[in-house]
Amino acid sequence: MNVNSRTAEKIAKGFIWVIALTVIAVLIFIIAFILYRGLSVINWEFLTSVPRRSGRIGGIASPIVGTLSVTVLAVMIAMPFGVGTAFYLAEYTRGGIVTRIIRFCTESLAGIPSIIYGLFGFIFFVDVLGLDWSILSGGLTVAIMILPTLIRTSEEAIRSVPKTYREVSYSLGGTKWQTIRKAVVPSAIRGISNGLILSVGRCVAETAALIMTAGDELVMPRSVMDSSRTMAVHFYTLVMEGLSERNAYGTAAVLIILVFLINVVANAMINRFVAKGR
Amino acid sequence: MRKPRKSKIETKALNLYYGDFHALGDINVDIPECAITAIIGPSGCGKSSLLRLFNRMNDLIPSARVEGEAFLDKEPIYGKSAYVVDVRKKIGMVFQKPNVFPMSIYDNIVIGPKSHGIKSRAEHDKIVETSLTQVALWDEVKDILRKPAQELSAGAQQRLCIARALAVNPEVILMDESCSALDPESTMKIEGLMLELAQKYTIIIVTHNMEQAIRVSDMSMFMMIDDKRIGRLVEYSSTSLMFSNPKDKRTEDYITGRFG
Repeated sequence: MNVNSRTAEKIAKGFIWVIALTVIAVLIFIIAFILYRGLSVINWEFLTSVPRRSGRIGGIASPIVGTLSVTVLAVMIAMPFGVGTAFYLAEYTRGGIVTRIIRFCTESLAGIPSIIYGLFGFIFFVDVLGLDWSILSGGLTVAIMILPTLIRTSEEAIRSVPKTYREVSYSLGGTKWQTIRKAVVPSAIRGISNGLILSVGRCVAETAALIMTAGDELVMPRSVMDSSRTMAVHFYTLVMEGLSERNAYGTAAVLIILVFLINVVANAMINRFVAKGR
Repeated sequence: MRKPRKSKIETKALNLYYGDFHALGDINVDIPECAITAIIGPSGCGKSSLLRLFNRMNDLIPSARVEGEAFLDKEPIYGKSAYVVDVRKKIGMVFQKPNVFPMSIYDNIVIGPKSHGIKSRAEHDKIVETSLTQVALWDEVKDILRKPAQELSAGAQQRLCIARALAVNPEVILMDESCSALDPESTMKIEGLMLELAQKYTIIIVTHNMEQAIRVSDMSMFMMIDDKRIGRLVEYSSTSLMFSNPKDKRTEDYITGRFG
């Protein structure tokens, strides 16, 4: 190695370190700033009481319930379709016209701003189907929104399963379905779950599409047919209408902690499930 | 040498195409039961392709097309009356690299039987013990059956793969260069195993190692590509005859190391 390449090596290494540290520093700063401003607001009262006077005072119990129900509903609706489509694309077709149409659609859908989904959801679910502003309308809208991510991440996870696993399963006289279940799914489950976690994150963070479909009711919802504000929408309203900066930061802090918890719990569950027998 | 008995696998004018590419041309062989048949020949002559025709692994390649006939015990391997799952159940396969699943030793063995509807725990236990005993791995792993199979040495993993193939109770075992990724000691163990298994099973191996063909096989097939790059069966005879008195000039050149 001559001096030049050694210098280049050092510069490249330093450059990459600086970039990585910058990114991490910015992320940590944002999280720390919000937690610093928001943690002091959070107490049992804040978490368990509904907002009063448009959120100027009171807690965020109903937005928490709204967020969780929209997210659970969206993931439950999107998961079978998303993962199913991914298996279709990865295992059942070999690049025909149908595959190309699905690919083109999912790629186009992935690039559409969420407010367009909101508009669609408002026209179709809220108005045409008469579901009104409700958790159900919001859940359905967000489900469509997360489909492209779910399909793509799951498909990649399925494709990354070594070909030899499939060959072995077939060579043992396994059918296609048995091969998928016993040889492909156990190895793809981690990647599929990562896609799910990403999707959950997007549901929790969504505002534009939900303002137009789930509405902004502050009363505690009693069924999926009730309108409810999610935390992200609540936060947006508090800030934009200048209602309460204090409660806005509190909501943001809860949102961050929630996403963090979802990640930790989901990873623990995957590890437990996947670690079985390994 | 064991006396080769009745015919187990028979092919008639078997041809394989990958799209426009003619990979194998007019293969006619009659492979005896309970014997070891070795397929030898230079790289790219279609040895593995031929081996994979016997259990229809080429079905997995979209462009592959097969013409001609192949029979297992006079029953067609290809065609409408053949069910590919049954064919593969009767004709097991061991691959080049030890490819255990990322699960426990126990689960690796029972994955095949489970697919074929064997559900009871007692039967699973029995199958695990029998198949691991057959590959002389039982004493080594009987106390760690729940441990990940990938923690075993490469040689032990390959024996586990053989046990996994035996667990579905096949009649024929195909081995695609199954020792080429192993050290000499593990290779000797697997070869010893082949000789033992040949008492009960029909074994067909692909090997690059002519010494191995001589050591273990009863019959040998020498393959080569012709001037149109089509894989052909050049010579098929008993191993002792082929290596002492090859009939074809090309076989002689290959086994004396003049090319390949």
